[in-house]
Amino acid sequence: MAALIALVVATPLAVAIALYITHYAPRRLAAGMGYVIDLLAAIPSVVYGFWGIASLAPALVPFYAWAADHLGFIPLFAGPASVTGRTMLTAGLVLAVMILPIISAISREVFTQAPALHREAALALGATRWEMIKMAVLPYGKSGIIGGAMLGLGRALGETLAIAIVLSASGGITFNLISNSNPSTIAANIALQFPESTGLAVNTLIASGLALFLITLAVNMLARWVVNRRADFSGAN
Amino acid sequence: MSTQMHSAPASTPLPSGRAPLRSQRQLPRFAAAGIFAAGIVVGAGLSALTGFSIALTVIYGVVLGTLAVYVVSRLVEGGRKATDRLVTSLVGTAFAIAMIPLVWLVWTVLSRGLRRLDGAFFNSSMQGIIGDGGGAYHAIMGTLIVTGITAVISVPIGLLTAIYLVEYGRGRLAKAITFFVDVMTGIPSIVAGLFAYALFVLFFGPGVRLGIMGAVALAVLMIPVVVRSCEEVLKLVSNELREASYALGVPKWRTILKVVLPTSIAGLGTGITLAIARVIGETAPLLITVGITNATNLDPFDGRMATLPVYAYYQLTQPGVPPEFAIDRAWTAALILIMLVMALNVVARLITRLFAPKTGR
Repeated sequence: MAALIALVVATPLAVAIALYITHYAPRRLAAGMGYVIDLLAAIPSVVYGFWGIASLAPALVPFYAWAADHLGFIPLFAGPASVTGRTMLTAGLVLAVMILPIISAISREVFTQAPALHREAALALGATRWEMIKMAVLPYGKSGIIGGAMLGLGRALGETLAIAIVLSASGGITFNLISNSNPSTIAANIALQFPESTGLAVNTLIASGLALFLITLAVNMLARWVVNRRADFSGAN
Repeated sequence: MSTQMHSAPASTPLPSGRAPLRSQRQLPRFAAAGIFAAGIVVGAGLSALTGFSIALTVIYGVVLGTLAVYVVSRLVEGGRKATDRLVTSLVGTAFAIAMIPLVWLVWTVLSRGLRRLDGAFFNSSMQGIIGDGGGAYHAIMGTLIVTGITAVISVPIGLLTAIYLVEYGRGRLAKAITFFVDVMTGIPSIVAGLFAYALFVLFFGPGVRLGIMGAVALAVLMIPVVVRSCEEVLKLVSNELREASYALGVPKWRTILKVVLPTSIAGLGTGITLAIARVIGETAPLLITVGITNATNLDPFDGRMATLPVYAYYQLTQPGVPPEFAIDRAWTAALILIMLVMALNVVARLITRLFAPKTGR
């Protein structure tokens, strides 16, 4: 659930970043920013968790109150709003920030690989920059974006500590994004309960780990398949 | 491009597509930025009406500015150019939105972590510490030891696998290995931790926590990364070099040792350093396998060890009373972690630069 939110938020932003760096930003700035984004991809997840609970969650509290008042008719935003901000939506946003550098790094790679001849041909025919991107770059990079998003989803699904720190989890299953009671995620559940559990409880947790493993394995295989299919069709090599 | 400065006459907007070439109008170069700024000013005014706040100003301003640019451009330049400008500002806005949390994060960690960045933090462990003081000596040493063992395990395995894949591997086996290495790079870290735990429980009985377990778990995570990056680098070595070596009658193993590896040493070093940077911040597997302790334990085969990420996690989530000292320690630990990762990244860059092969190309 949090992974889905993260994906929905992060993918368009990441693609926009990649486009900006490859096609809009001034050349010298672009190299530096690409480097910064790569650095951010390497920041440990526990730090993201810290930031989520210390900065993002309090900052979102007024927004939750507002959403509960005005958007309460949508089941996703039904009140009562959380006063700590440790909600599913916050967790999703933290994850989004986390997978943003990954997706944008992959998309950037694909965009720079788009054949220069196609781009120049489009520009020579009088296309504006956006038309050039739409006609030459995006079709070429589409499966790369999808693959990158899937890898991001894989990382978000398996992400443990950012969730364990940010989310105040309770047992029930709800689809309410902004209240205090949230369903936990598999990985966070393992991390929170493992140090204290013994005997059969350990087996339960390992079994849930197996389920998580299978899910991410499936997502990753799908992503690889999508990315590899592009290599067959592109004819660039 | 847009050196001809039309003064944007308010002629009748021509239907896009059918417009004859001569009537292509262009906005002066800085008009877009000017209109955007005007939009922001109006946005500030609007938010001042409803009680001033910076966030609202920015939101109103960006929305209004984008709309204004679009409309003006549509009137003057026609639909296609207008769409281009719209997308340009959308992409720029999205980039700005995405940069906000990233900058915010770095700033938060810096400002809160610097409070406890002193000598005591590096010199003392948490043994017998309640409240103020204390440090992360034990955790820093633990992280270095565990990561070192991980590197010792996974660098040879990963490097040799990569060499096999590039130089020897043919057919189904190589394809299967490549595919599973690819898939394993995305494995959730906590699953690797569970694997190492389950493995060691077979030998040592339940409830075991060892430093070496953590190293094994991290190695599971690190090997695919090493294989992946080394494979890419080895593939870049041009075949002509290999063929020249074969032509001189050099056996294959010697070719690999004396030609392929020296040529690609820079890339290999970079890849391995980045892989280490990636596992050094992993928390979840260490939480499960290594646990946490307050005393300094430098023996990875004997009992629990402290590691920096787990230390930070526990200091934040179970601070004790009074909480603020532990939370300060947690932030400082996070800061050190980031600095370690950044340092490794810089080292990787340096390796690339210093050891780059001197080819005649």
